[in-house]
Amino acid sequence: MIRVVLPGHLRALARVGGEVEVTVEGAPTQRAVLDALEATYPVLRGTIRDHVTLKRRPFVRFFACRQDLSHEPPDAPLPADVASGAEPYMVIGAMAGG
Amino acid sequence: MGGTGLSKVRVLVGTRKGAFVLESDAKREKWDVGGPFFTGWEIYHVKGSPLDPNRLYASQSSGWFGQLIQRSDDGGKTWQPMGNEFAYDGVPGTHQWYDGTPRPWEFKRVWPLEPSLTEPDTVYAGVEDAALFRSSDGAATWHEISGLRKHGSGPSWQPGAGGMCLHTIIQHPTDAARMFVAISAAGAFRTDDGGTTWLPINRGLKSEQIPDPNAEVGHCVHNLAMHPSRPDVLFMQKHWDVMRSDDAGDNWREISGNLPTDFGFPIDVHAHEPETIYVVPIKSDMEHIPPDGKLRVYRSRTGGNEWEALTKGLPQRACYINVLRDAMAVDALDSCGVYFGTTGGQVYASSDAGDSWAPIVRDLPAVLSVEVQTLA
Repeated sequence: MIRVVLPGHLRALARVGGEVEVTVEGAPTQRAVLDALEATYPVLRGTIRDHVTLKRRPFVRFFACRQDLSHEPPDAPLPADVASGAEPYMVIGAMAGG
Repeated sequence: MGGTGLSKVRVLVGTRKGAFVLESDAKREKWDVGGPFFTGWEIYHVKGSPLDPNRLYASQSSGWFGQLIQRSDDGGKTWQPMGNEFAYDGVPGTHQWYDGTPRPWEFKRVWPLEPSLTEPDTVYAGVEDAALFRSSDGAATWHEISGLRKHGSGPSWQPGAGGMCLHTIIQHPTDAARMFVAISAAGAFRTDDGGTTWLPINRGLKSEQIPDPNAEVGHCVHNLAMHPSRPDVLFMQKHWDVMRSDDAGDNWREISGNLPTDFGFPIDVHAHEPETIYVVPIKSDMEHIPPDGKLRVYRSRTGGNEWEALTKGLPQRACYINVLRDAMAVDALDSCGVYFGTTGGQVYASSDAGDSWAPIVRDLPAVLSVEVQTLA
């Protein structure tokens, strides 16, 4: 089970209160987590990644374990603490985005 | 629609940080302010269906999270996110960037949403980069009407300062095959076959800011207006110049007349007097403020050329706001109401066709759009 923290606007859109949890098969990657997130909450499609290219939107960032994973390959394994559920995978609205 | 106690007015306001729904009875003296809805998001447009006034659509976007479309089926009390995938038809190709270089067409946001006059679940969306989309299922899915973007002039279109947006959609009141759109900074276009083919309708426009001032396309049209009883008569606020066409856009002539400046953004027509039109003159293209610090709506009762300043109730000193292209609308009560919103967050209303004004609200976020519903 992967813990995901969403920014306030997206929590409101998905109608969730705090962290959400998603399940992925095998070793979790950013792509697998985001795929699972969008499958569970279809209203989030297009808000984090582009509909077609699936590229991260320019003013969205991905953090975990005090690292910025935004520029990591989407199919790279996530940190072990994220995979184990000890740490959340965080979707962040960038400071420059408003 | 009569000005009886049974009537109600609903003003739909889109702002930089949310949507608001303002409601009053036909006296238009006391207003309830609903909202904010979608707090923190930019709301470029909110509009109701003419076939079902409780069906509203809102264009919601943010720099972080992109575009959403919201729909209400209860007059704005509750909202449901709808489809937000706007995929261009085929490989979209390029248009010109500000520096003249080719740039791939890229979806950025939805500007206007125009519910169909005839089909309850059909709604049109004008988007940036400029294209026209249609949904036939109440905004669940969207499909491009690509004949417009694929007009031969498309690769030469360039963005205006606000982006290369399709900002105005006008449906013909009785001929469903005819529609008008306007794009900054390409110009105005018309289809007579339901969107398959499009004709640039810019003859008579003159823009000194482009290499050929009389070019077929390249004009920065800011807004169009039509009275449904006279669908061949179109009014235009261009970057500079207020224009009029009496032949559905085939030819235009200037009607700026005695305006203090003919730069501006919105233009609208009185609900019952098709020759009475309204503009808000702005000082210049590089100074988006009212001339002399005075906020004045100008009204022509002669279809242009002869204009009178409407100032009663509007600030006449130290006023430096702007009124954006979608931020003016009229109601359909017997004494026509006129409404406009400002970048300073005021929404002004006149219940006497512009003779006098009063603010409904003063301190909203910057107003992007104003639409009005007259309800039985």
